[in-house]
Amino acid sequence: MTVTFTMDGKEITVEDGQTLLEAARENGIDIPTICWHEATTANGLCRMCVVEVEGWRTLQPACVVQAGAGMKVQTRSEKVVRARKTILEMLASTMDLSDAPDILTMMDEYGADASRFPDAVRRVSEVKDDNPMYIRDYSKCLLCWRCVQVCADDAQYTYAINFEGRGYETQIGTFFDKPIPETTCVLCGQCVGVCPTGALKPKRQYLLEQGVSPEEISVLNTGRKKRKNV
Amino acid sequence: MTVAEPSPLYTAIEPYIPLGRSGLLPALHAAQKIYGWVPESAAAEIAKALRVPLADVHGVIEFYSLFYDMPTSKHVIRVCTDVACALKDADGILDRLCARHGLHPGQTTDDLSLTIEPSPCLGLCEHAPAVWETGSEQTTVIGEDGATFVSENRRPPSRVYGSVRILTANCGNGTTSLAKYGEYAGLKKAKAMTPEQVIAEVKASGLVGRGGAAFPTGVKWEGAAKAEGSPKYVICNADESEPGTFKDRVLMLDDPHRVIEGMCIAAYAIGAAKGYIYIRGEYPYIVPVLENALNEARGAGYLGNDFDIEIRVGAGAYICGEETALFESIEGKRGFPRIKPPFPTTHGVFGKPTVINNVETLCTVPMIIAQGAAEYRKLGTEKSPGSKLFCVSGDVERTGVYEVPFGVTLRELLEMAGGVKDGKQLQAVLFGGAAGAFATSEHLDVKLTFEDLRAAGLPLGSGVVMVFDETRDMRRVLKSLGHFFAHESCGKCYPCQMGTQRQKEILDRIAEGKVLADDFARLQDVGWTMTDASLCGLGQTAASAVLSAMKLWPGLFVEGQTSKVERQ
Ligand SMILES: Cc1cc2nc3c(=O)[nH]c(=O)nc-3n(C[C@H](O)[C@H](O)[C@H](O)COP(=O)(O)O)c2cc1C
Ligand code: SF4
Ligand code: SF4
Ligand code: FES
Ligand code: FES
Repeated sequence: MTVTFTMDGKEITVEDGQTLLEAARENGIDIPTICWHEATTANGLCRMCVVEVEGWRTLQPACVVQAGAGMKVQTRSEKVVRARKTILEMLASTMDLSDAPDILTMMDEYGADASRFPDAVRRVSEVKDDNPMYIRDYSKCLLCWRCVQVCADDAQYTYAINFEGRGYETQIGTFFDKPIPETTCVLCGQCVGVCPTGALKPKRQYLLEQGVSPEEISVLNTGRKKRKNV
Repeated sequence: MTVAEPSPLYTAIEPYIPLGRSGLLPALHAAQKIYGWVPESAAAEIAKALRVPLADVHGVIEFYSLFYDMPTSKHVIRVCTDVACALKDADGILDRLCARHGLHPGQTTDDLSLTIEPSPCLGLCEHAPAVWETGSEQTTVIGEDGATFVSENRRPPSRVYGSVRILTANCGNGTTSLAKYGEYAGLKKAKAMTPEQVIAEVKASGLVGRGGAAFPTGVKWEGAAKAEGSPKYVICNADESEPGTFKDRVLMLDDPHRVIEGMCIAAYAIGAAKGYIYIRGEYPYIVPVLENALNEARGAGYLGNDFDIEIRVGAGAYICGEETALFESIEGKRGFPRIKPPFPTTHGVFGKPTVINNVETLCTVPMIIAQGAAEYRKLGTEKSPGSKLFCVSGDVERTGVYEVPFGVTLRELLEMAGGVKDGKQLQAVLFGGAAGAFATSEHLDVKLTFEDLRAAGLPLGSGVVMVFDETRDMRRVLKSLGHFFAHESCGKCYPCQMGTQRQKEILDRIAEGKVLADDFARLQDVGWTMTDASLCGLGQTAASAVLSAMKLWPGLFVEGQTSKVERQ
């Protein structure tokens, strides 16, 4: 079964059940995404991929909405561009995007002004350096949920991390903020692999960026192991 | 061999163990009853008993405002600082209370004897300023500037008025017992009909949901009745957390059998075996009233055979009134709304076909079945049949729940309420709650029906009519609304997670009179982005009142203008 619909005026035919995002990518139409990742269940939460569908009251996330016969989809309407630009401006006023080059590129493309919100309270937190494998720098976290998802039902079934707070104050966290070694974490590194912003980073890379030399890093590592064995 | 005594916590949570993860909120409530908060060891014991990952248990505690993972007293005083109470010096009350006890808002005394917190709307707006006190035999607040205080054992009085008394026939004189309510005549008649006939009758009545979305009730029931999958569920949405809304509180306290009968009829119509009443945590004094009524209904054989109802108590999260977030909450999770479709009628709580209706919607059903749709339609208008409850609060002489037939004008409703308080002039009416829109004296002759209000660009929402007199600073009102949404956003989707915060920051600054040149455009972009691109109804309406204020009083958002609305 296939469905035929139009996207930006172009007639497109895809398999039944395909999302608007898949349809767009197959047809060379660019729709930006932030939270979507092929390895995780799509939650439709960043809303960067929103598109305008004729007859629908609100914009629709292309990463979860399936193509329907006869749909008329606009991927760059005025409303869509305004939403994407504002989302980017709000992100820039919330978190440290210095390690998120893809988003910085999007900001250029949409003409987003990083200083649009002069009184914004930024989300800042201390770097959490509590295990030999990776660091957690939640000032760079954009709450895409990927790490929580791969740690849970999307991959590892370890359930070491979840959420703290809610709303703007949401942060990824462990049980009563315990250091990683005291959680169920098995240091599989899957979360680090899916993090799009450098909020989760291999410890070694972090230390190198901090100016620590490779030799010093190996000493640090053995030192840590020794301490653990005492 | 010695058998260890079970811990008090274990004994308290034992009834919820068979529920698994779905028992998480009840278990956390039980733990807090013992400790006042959820210490790490208690959270770990609950996690083990219910087989929920530790991090998930912590994530749930952190989501709900009424659960604490830090030392907190069992004795908590919560002062509502939301819109209607802010008009009555709620901030002053909070400050004086805190000063008297040497605390800052949100703080707990070192000996854990008292915690004082600000609170979002407590659903007591007609009694503003409102205070809710838990865990104390005696009140420490009474006499505080005429504040109305409630506790587990102290229920608020009901003020019920209006030109008709159909839905509210039994309201205003304390709780109506089953003996006084009489037999479930609507249910009896429904059971003599086929489920299809019951649904047809509800459809013919033209009843639409009273929870805010105005969806046709019969169509919803038909969807669940036809859906594949079992068991099926009926849920009564008693989360009532929209600022300005308090009608469901009165219906449940004074006439609990009406809503239970409505649920029984819904269950029969769709073939549900199980029902939930999900009631907000701020209504603890209603829970025993409902428990008692459920027991009466079981004793009379209305419940307990092919259908029974369980009460679930929320824990401080407006978003859990959103139907899919409410399902997540019943399932023991953080109240994150789900992506729709799929819709509740096919994939509701536990992924099963579910009908979820507002308290007032369900209360209307027994009458529709007992008297027939034709009789019901005699009141109201063609497109908005029947009567409707309005929650009138703010600057009027007589605040309270008003039952009127659809079609009454705003002017008539305000006249029933004695007009603007102290003979002042009307400045504005907030319609439909925090998620609603402002009206002015130009709207006084708008008829209160779904169709007329829609044409006037005003949402009926949950029936909120909050009045502001000419002296009120609307920038302060907007600031309250901004705080509410920033506090209640679940944080799942970006437009609302960050937009409610940015909106709050800008409104805070404007309330101080510090308006920047491009605030208008800034607020509009944030508001439109939330409206257009948010995942759920919370974000989609979080800017509704602000955007309506920007249309009505653009001067409020412009540099150098005074905040007082100019009167023509
Ligand atoms: C943020 C939010 C909060 C809501 N709160 C409530 C509520 O407290 N009570 C309610 O009945 N409906 C509430 N709703 C609407 C419900 O999602 C749902 O539409 C309603 O319960 C359906 O019942 P009805 O058809 O009888 O109105 C809320 C919706 C949103 C988006
Ligand atoms: S830490 Fe990284 S992967 Fe996890 S939510 Fe934040 S940005 Fe996403
Ligand atoms: S709109 Fe707000 S409340 Fe709804 S899912 Fe998004 S963040 Fe959560
Ligand atoms: S990519 Fe679709 S919502 Fe994030
Ligand atoms: S009880 Fe205070 S605003 Fe509703």
